[in-house]
Amino acid sequence: MGQVASAWDGTEVGPDPVQLLTPAGRRVKHPSFAADVTLEEVRGFYRDLVLARRLDTEATALQRQGELGLWPPALGQEAAQIGSGRALTSADHAFPTYREHGVALTRGVDALELLRMFRGVDHGGWDPVATGFHLYTIVIGAQTLHATGYAMGLQRDGRVGDDGSAVLAYLGDGATSQGAVSEAFVWAAAMNAPIVFFCQNNGWAISEPTSKQTRIPIYQRARGFGFPGVRVDGNDVLGVLAVTRAALAHAREGGGPVLVEAVTYRMGAHTTSDDPSRYRDPDEVAAWRARDPIDRVRALLEREDAAFAGLAAAVEREAEELAERVRSGVRSMPDPAPLDIYDDVYAEPHAALERERAEHAAYLASFEEVS
Amino acid sequence: MAPQRSVGGGATGPVTMARAIGMGLRRALEDDPKTLVMGEDVGQLGGVFRVTDGLLKDFGEARVIDTPLGEAGIIGTAVGLALRGYRPVCEIQFDGFVYPAFDQIVSSLAKLHARSRGRLSVPVVIRIPFGGGIGAVEHHSESPEAYFAHTAGLRVVSPATPNDAYWMIQQAVSSADPVVFLEPKRRYWEKAELDLASSPLPMGEARLVLPGSQVTLVAYGPTVRTAIDAAAAAREEGISIEVIDLRSLSPLDVDAVEASVRRTGRLVVVHEAPVSLGLGAELAAQITERCFHSLEAPVLRVGGAAVPYPPARVEEHYLPDVDRVLHAVDRALAY
Ligand SMILES: Cc1ncc(C[n+]2csc(CCOP(=O)(O)OP(=O)(O)O)c2C)c(N)n1
Ligand SMILES: [Mg+2]
Repeated sequence: MGQVASAWDGTEVGPDPVQLLTPAGRRVKHPSFAADVTLEEVRGFYRDLVLARRLDTEATALQRQGELGLWPPALGQEAAQIGSGRALTSADHAFPTYREHGVALTRGVDALELLRMFRGVDHGGWDPVATGFHLYTIVIGAQTLHATGYAMGLQRDGRVGDDGSAVLAYLGDGATSQGAVSEAFVWAAAMNAPIVFFCQNNGWAISEPTSKQTRIPIYQRARGFGFPGVRVDGNDVLGVLAVTRAALAHAREGGGPVLVEAVTYRMGAHTTSDDPSRYRDPDEVAAWRARDPIDRVRALLEREDAAFAGLAAAVEREAEELAERVRSGVRSMPDPAPLDIYDDVYAEPHAALERERAEHAAYLASFEEVS
Repeated sequence: MAPQRSVGGGATGPVTMARAIGMGLRRALEDDPKTLVMGEDVGQLGGVFRVTDGLLKDFGEARVIDTPLGEAGIIGTAVGLALRGYRPVCEIQFDGFVYPAFDQIVSSLAKLHARSRGRLSVPVVIRIPFGGGIGAVEHHSESPEAYFAHTAGLRVVSPATPNDAYWMIQQAVSSADPVVFLEPKRRYWEKAELDLASSPLPMGEARLVLPGSQVTLVAYGPTVRTAIDAAAAAREEGISIEVIDLRSLSPLDVDAVEASVRRTGRLVVVHEAPVSLGLGAELAAQITERCFHSLEAPVLRVGGAAVPYPPARVEEHYLPDVDRVLHAVDRALAY
């Protein structure tokens, strides 16, 4: 973790968001945070960002074709997700909402595993232990408490110090209104738990703008609970990386919780079932398009990386391969067998359930006899 | 308390259930300035199912409230508003998201009238789109009615037709008791004419949908359509099924079911919720107790398995369908 070059002192930072890369792709300095990354790493982020977006576009298209039941696009939020995901070590653990597709890729979740729940063949899809990436949580805010408890476990395991572990809990701006989230903040503070709450303020909770949820900037919420809040430009992958790394280091080293507010924008619909034209101004979307998270990394690399053209072409090819693999993989994903619904409901044998399974099996078999 | 007005006939043309509920809410807002509509995305968006579409524009932000995102907050503040004389109609976006409000519903909303020895009433309506069959992700297909029907102090109803939806939502709003109003979301888009001329059935009464002589089939909400389809299929085979739409789950109109079973001698109950400890179990117990000697067969139940609501691409194997209902009918007849 020698890369934590930030000089952050563990106090609140805002309201100006931390920014290390401008929308035009210029590096800027910040007194407290620095992204101490090599050019090779920036090239890696570019690849991550492009692949995350390609997955997103492909999944949206697959939903339109009826191959997925639903898709919540992360379009526009890629920097917040890649920057925070790449700030995690393999010993850290992340608790996502349902929109952290970019983070999932950084944790080694395979795109097809990720799509299983949206295909409607699974309620989970990947191994949360092996990936350090918990299952998606659709119930708004619930995961913040699970994350806090997990962090309490790390603490009790003695996983403290600069080689320790921390938890990254994702939440949305809307989620900050849930009672569970306030309780998570209270617990994390009371327990001094090694956790970073990473709020992607994407401007909207379905049709409700953030102003319906809070009268103060979200990062300032942390004040009242007794831990620091930091606001970062969520479309700046370097800023997000630096802030999240510093926050995780603070948590790992026993400094307690941090709330990061990544200011970003949900460029797409809430989900493929949603129609944002009913509630938001297209000018707002257009303004955010000018702050695209990928464009600024591309601009940076075009200037700083003599070999960028080759990288861009290679990443483009890889993105197309990913899209093709996702397309064919989703289409050939088998449906669960009817009796699968009885599997894994309990960890130990359950006689009543087994009876129901047997009855169901007999019922299904009665059709085979007929035909 | 139930609105018993006729609005001079007037054909509405076929309307969807979603629209019918919206029309009923509009009437409730017009009739009583104390009626409020509140919930996540109910204003500007008109709700994710568009049930409250247009209400914000016509009744304003003080009466149609886009709330912060928190179900305990929605129901908890509704309790307070009701204590102050308002009639909040709360929308819970999906069945699986009512649980953060469970404490407010069960421990406060349901109990305040009794605790205050009748001094307080909390006429809150909780609208919940419920049930499966729409290919949704987790938490969007659940049938939580038994939790609420098991809770003293709550009335629980579920309309199965646009006409019932239109009238029952108004009856729920004017009820002095808290009402959990379960909307069968997979039937939201089914259309039918509204009957504005005759006075509606009281909210607590079951409805005889189809008369029949050999088996009584009881359903509510989304499975009423399934029961009707099953009865039609059975008729082709010469089997006569009587279909009853319960409409009210608390109180249960056991009298109506008993009267039918005394004629048919057989009862099959159909619901999407898990059969285990569900509404069907209660009906089976009460009917067995009341008319044991009229029964030609044990009361049979068709419904969900005792498993978490499954992923969309196997939900058809979980949901009761015509085949499963007929299978139970055959078993009842074979006794
Ligand atoms: C407890 C609960 N209530 C309601 C919902 C329905 N719902 C799904 S997403 C959403 C908005 C969430 O907004 P935010 O937290 O800002 O996250 P975003 O979707 O913008 O990523 C709502 C209300 C839910 N999933 N869970
Ligand atoms: Mg949001």
